[in-house]
Amino acid sequence: MKILVPIKRVIDAYVTVRVKADQTGVETANVKMSMNPFCEIAVEEAVRLKEAGKAGEVVVVSAGPELCKETLRNALAMGADRAIHVLSDDELQPLAIAKLLKAVVDKEEPQIVMLGKQAIDGDHNQTGQMLGGLLGWAQATFASKIDVEADSATVTREIDGGLETLKIKLPAIITADLRLNEPRFTSLPNIMKAKQKPCDTFTPDDLGVSIEQRYKTLKVSDPPARKPGVKVGSVEELVDKLRNEAKVI
Amino acid sequence: MSILVIAEHDNATLNASTLPTVAAAKTLGGDIHVLVAGSGAAAVAEQASKLDGVAKVLHTDDAAYEHALAENMAALVAKVGADYSHILAPATFFGKNFMPRAAALLDKQPLSDVTAIEAEDTFVRPTYAGNAFKTVQLGDTPKMMTIRTTAFDPVATEGGSAAIENTESAGETGLTGFVGRELSKSERPDLATASVVVSGGRALGSGENFEKLIEPLADKLGAAIGASRAAVDAGYVPNDYQVGQTGKIVAPNLYIAIGISGAIQHLAGMKDSKVIVAINKDEDAPIFQVADYGLVADLFDALPELDKALG
Ligand SMILES: Cc1cc2nc3c(=O)[nH]c(=O)nc-3n(C[C@H](O)[C@H](O)[C@H](O)COP(=O)(O)OP(=O)(O)OC[C@H]3O[C@@H](n4cnc5c(N)ncnc54)[C@H](O)[C@@H]3O)c2cc1C
Ligand SMILES: Nc1ncnc2c1ncn2[C@@H]1O[C@H](COP(=O)(O)O)[C@@H](O)[C@H]1O
Repeated sequence: MKILVPIKRVIDAYVTVRVKADQTGVETANVKMSMNPFCEIAVEEAVRLKEAGKAGEVVVVSAGPELCKETLRNALAMGADRAIHVLSDDELQPLAIAKLLKAVVDKEEPQIVMLGKQAIDGDHNQTGQMLGGLLGWAQATFASKIDVEADSATVTREIDGGLETLKIKLPAIITADLRLNEPRFTSLPNIMKAKQKPCDTFTPDDLGVSIEQRYKTLKVSDPPARKPGVKVGSVEELVDKLRNEAKVI
Repeated sequence: MSILVIAEHDNATLNASTLPTVAAAKTLGGDIHVLVAGSGAAAVAEQASKLDGVAKVLHTDDAAYEHALAENMAALVAKVGADYSHILAPATFFGKNFMPRAAALLDKQPLSDVTAIEAEDTFVRPTYAGNAFKTVQLGDTPKMMTIRTTAFDPVATEGGSAAIENTESAGETGLTGFVGRELSKSERPDLATASVVVSGGRALGSGENFEKLIEPLADKLGAAIGASRAAVDAGYVPNDYQVGQTGKIVAPNLYIAIGISGAIQHLAGMKDSKVIVAINKDEDAPIFQVADYGLVADLFDALPELDKALG
């Protein structure tokens, strides 16, 4: 069984993101970039399935500029077997990414596509579901536990009031939530080994996909500011302020 | 222009998330139709018909919709919604599960977590965990989106008298089987809509301390209980207590953060609360930057005192 894991390169989760003064986007110069944390979890899960003998090959794919290769290398160092880079310098919106991924799926014919539930830059939380729709495959989003059988998978998912368990037919789309696993650290020998692993590059044209943009970004602005608060000296003062000033209790 | 709103419900009761979604639809102007897809959910269709501002309720009754499975919901939304100008669903785990899939079926690019509607085609949404708000102009029609429920004031649940029309099912895709659901039971108000939320972080140290210190406080204030990811991961409370970028988005009148550092991913879920209180022993904790009232103290001293002071 082959597993395809789409991964995205994003601004690191622990960087404080700042909006550019001209409101055209966020500062990216000299900013640390990393693999999207949810994608890391997806790679980890795929590699664990392989180690458990439930999956044969783990292929990672990333769409975006040349530097995505670095992120793909990280995934290879985590234990993926092979990488595919869809090279594009254009803005890729989720529908376009889903179409590119569909083209890769058509070539690779994996049994499972394991994505992150959300990329922490755009916070769209869309790509896996859209790919599921384009392929007509079953989907299990926000997965916190996965049991893979021969032609199905049982997935526990995080929902608003608690947990839900689904049995999905393979081939299927699964998107990883935070609690699915703890991704491993990559060791130096594995990073060296990853350099020998194959990475193919395609352009959207090679894949026969046109990457139309369906929305235009008019402006990127700072979040609404909160007015500065005060420190209170004691529990009594706190209760007094909440009762008599804020009037919330 | 007509707008389709997809109702969230459990086949018996309309979920509160539907109300701000209808409110968002109202700001667009135009006829509002609400789709209630469920199994034996006639009571929900009835409740939806009374919502303020709703012109028509489309009711699809089929076992295929009993558990709101994404594959079946998306097929129905794509079929019923194709001719609408806009299709809206709440940005809850429910809406986020099927809306992008439905959009892909119609070859549309959806928008997630819309917080403001500036024009019929212009929307605002948070990105980077709420650090950058994007204003986007969407070319596609229907314009499909999920609505951040804390960003719009809910419509009234009385006053409307919309006609209820039965709508044909799009059928069972047969891709996915429902196995079960484990919902955390609680007598407390729902976290997403509570007017007071008391949240605890890693500093609580154990589930017992949550019970001993956070629960009595929540009881006194009639509050829902929330938590940081660290508290959830450590197993102090169930995962659906998590507030933040990847948990619940809340905006109560009063949010009390206890022993929570205020990581950006946590702030993303509570920064729009009306009044924020932080109790933390580190005076430099980032949570104090968003707190209206900050108390630098050890929570193990402050909470028993607070309990007493509230009487
Ligand atoms: C992709 C991603 C998504 C994430 N999503 C979320 C999310 O949705 N929600 C979320 O909450 N986090 C999320 N996180 C995690 C987030 O980055 C933080 O790690 C987490 O919020 C920290 O939780 P905490 O504040 O409880 O713990 P800590 O950061 O460990 O803070 C504990 C705080 O308690 C204080 N303290 C310690 N002892 C006491 C005491 N006795 N009395 C008073 N104060 C005390 C300390 O000063 C400290 O400020 C996410 C992270 C990533 C990478
Ligand atoms: N450019 C990309 N290349 C490869 N995979 C992507 C890309 N963008 C998003 N994805 C995948 O889709 C998931 C959800 O992203 P999003 O829908 O943007 O929140 C990510 O966690 C990735 O698994």
